[in-house]
Amino acid sequence: MSMNELIKNLRGIWARAYVRIVGVNREPSWLIFELFFPLLPICSFAFVYKSMNAPSDYLGFVILGGAMTAIWMNVLWGMAAQFFWERESGNLTLYMLCPMSTMAVLVGMALGSGFSTFFRVIITFMIGKLIFGITLHVASYFWLFATFILTIAAVFSLGMMMASFFLLYGRDAWNILTVFMEPVFFLSGFYFPVKTLGYPLGALASLIPITLGLDAMRQLAFKLGPDTAFLPVKTEILILVALSALYLAGAKYLLKKLEYIGRREGRLTLRWQ
Amino acid sequence: MSIAIKTTDLSRAFADSGAKDKNFWALRDVSLEIPEGCIYGLLGPNGAGKTTLIKILSTLLLPTAGEALVAGYNVDNEYEKIRPIINMVSGGENCGYGILTVAENLWMFTQFYGIPTKQAMAKIKDLLEIMNLSEKADTKINKLSTGMRQKMNFIRGFVTDPKILFLDEPTLGLDVNAARETRKFVTDWVKNASEPKTVILTTHYMQEADEMCGKLAIIDHGRILANDTPKNLKKQEAGGVSYTINVAYRDFDPQILRTLPGVSSFAHSVLNEQGLIEMIFNLSDDSALARIIEKINSLSFSINNIQKKEFTLEDAFIKLVGRRLSGGEGDTL
Repeated sequence: MSMNELIKNLRGIWARAYVRIVGVNREPSWLIFELFFPLLPICSFAFVYKSMNAPSDYLGFVILGGAMTAIWMNVLWGMAAQFFWERESGNLTLYMLCPMSTMAVLVGMALGSGFSTFFRVIITFMIGKLIFGITLHVASYFWLFATFILTIAAVFSLGMMMASFFLLYGRDAWNILTVFMEPVFFLSGFYFPVKTLGYPLGALASLIPITLGLDAMRQLAFKLGPDTAFLPVKTEILILVALSALYLAGAKYLLKKLEYIGRREGRLTLRWQ
Repeated sequence: MSIAIKTTDLSRAFADSGAKDKNFWALRDVSLEIPEGCIYGLLGPNGAGKTTLIKILSTLLLPTAGEALVAGYNVDNEYEKIRPIINMVSGGENCGYGILTVAENLWMFTQFYGIPTKQAMAKIKDLLEIMNLSEKADTKINKLSTGMRQKMNFIRGFVTDPKILFLDEPTLGLDVNAARETRKFVTDWVKNASEPKTVILTTHYMQEADEMCGKLAIIDHGRILANDTPKNLKKQEAGGVSYTINVAYRDFDPQILRTLPGVSSFAHSVLNEQGLIEMIFNLSDDSALARIIEKINSLSFSINNIQKKEFTLEDAFIKLVGRRLSGGEGDTL
């Protein structure tokens, strides 16, 4: 890629990310929908653990997991399904028409979403921590932060790959996302340590990067974290790096492939599917 | 003159959902050469294949057969070289993000073309002024009326200064004045450009095509039926010129005029109340009129009225397609 191409794509990435970053400031309703409501299921699980007199770290597991659901929700509805809306509004046609790489559109969407999600997760976690009086025992703030960022990157890479399918499919793909929601909430151990599922199912769940990211963050942030570890933190970080690269490469490949099929079959500009 | 767009036997089929294993041909063997620096019109009824052709030329759709070159690049495998030099505006478009302002939306699209922000904002400011949209620059687009939104879309198409611009029903939703301003803007943009600009325009408005296009193609059922300047199309397809001549009918036999050289067709009717006979002549050219007048005068009859009928593009269209552009199936002639 030439320098001009790179600059063009970087400008495109920033412009697409800008929509989401600005959106956070201009739509304060997200405070209710994305902070208050997610706290409700977190509280439910926290009260269950509390009534069982479970160690307070378990409450911390739930609050961290509950806060991280924002990432998965954002990937499903803000990333993957976004191409469906982009096509309905006519934006997808214009994205395809412009000289910037379509991958840059996806990266821009992911960065914009990642930025807003980053704050949502932290704020939700801090509120939950305050309500339930959770004490953190952070082994390494650097690695905790790095794992958090890496998890967001890996999950959004998966989201970019899923978004590619919306170049070709309409509501069918949307239904598939609905199917993905609850099972992923379960498999990724949002509200319990994933080790409980056993290694075979845990390994399968590890294809969803949030599973390993959450497990590693629990190990790094809570005293009882290492006792419930599915895999060592270093291994989980390495797998997350590998998954990020794999899903990013997958997104790039699928986007090119599906764009070609879309052009061949005339589906890029087809609305009301 | 260089060629901006060239298609050779271009065809596009879609799977026909109504008939198994059968294809519906949206375009069939379209061969066109569109010169640089002109406004080229595509006229045709709904479903004629205009938008399919534009989609192929703008790299959004692959042809099933044949070849299409845009600025010398093949739409099939050189689309990455075509995209930086083209843009497209469609009527009734709903693009952009409601949460962003007009200026922000336009800026966003310029970034996809790699235009530096300072340069882009200066261009946006100019175009907003030209399109009388400056005061809405900081308004979120979800607060705009349909017409204003269409103006914004229109600016989006020009702000990247494309070499080739596809306008698909661009004045749809605009009021009369805004449509007139828009047409003038496009015409001036092509005329005053420092480097050749080419516009491919599809429109349902016959007058718009006639006024703006240097050349146009009439397309129906995926095939090009005619391809020429509006003037030539009117002349060739509508069949020369037509005159209506009224003469006092006492003892006048109009049949003697039927065989005069240059008279292609002739019809007459009697207007009893006025005591006139009305004759409609289709002539191969204007020179035949002199012979008719001379003949009438030589028979000592006085001509009450002569009226020239200007053939319109619509006459040519109806002759070629068999129905009006603006009408549905019920308008089939």
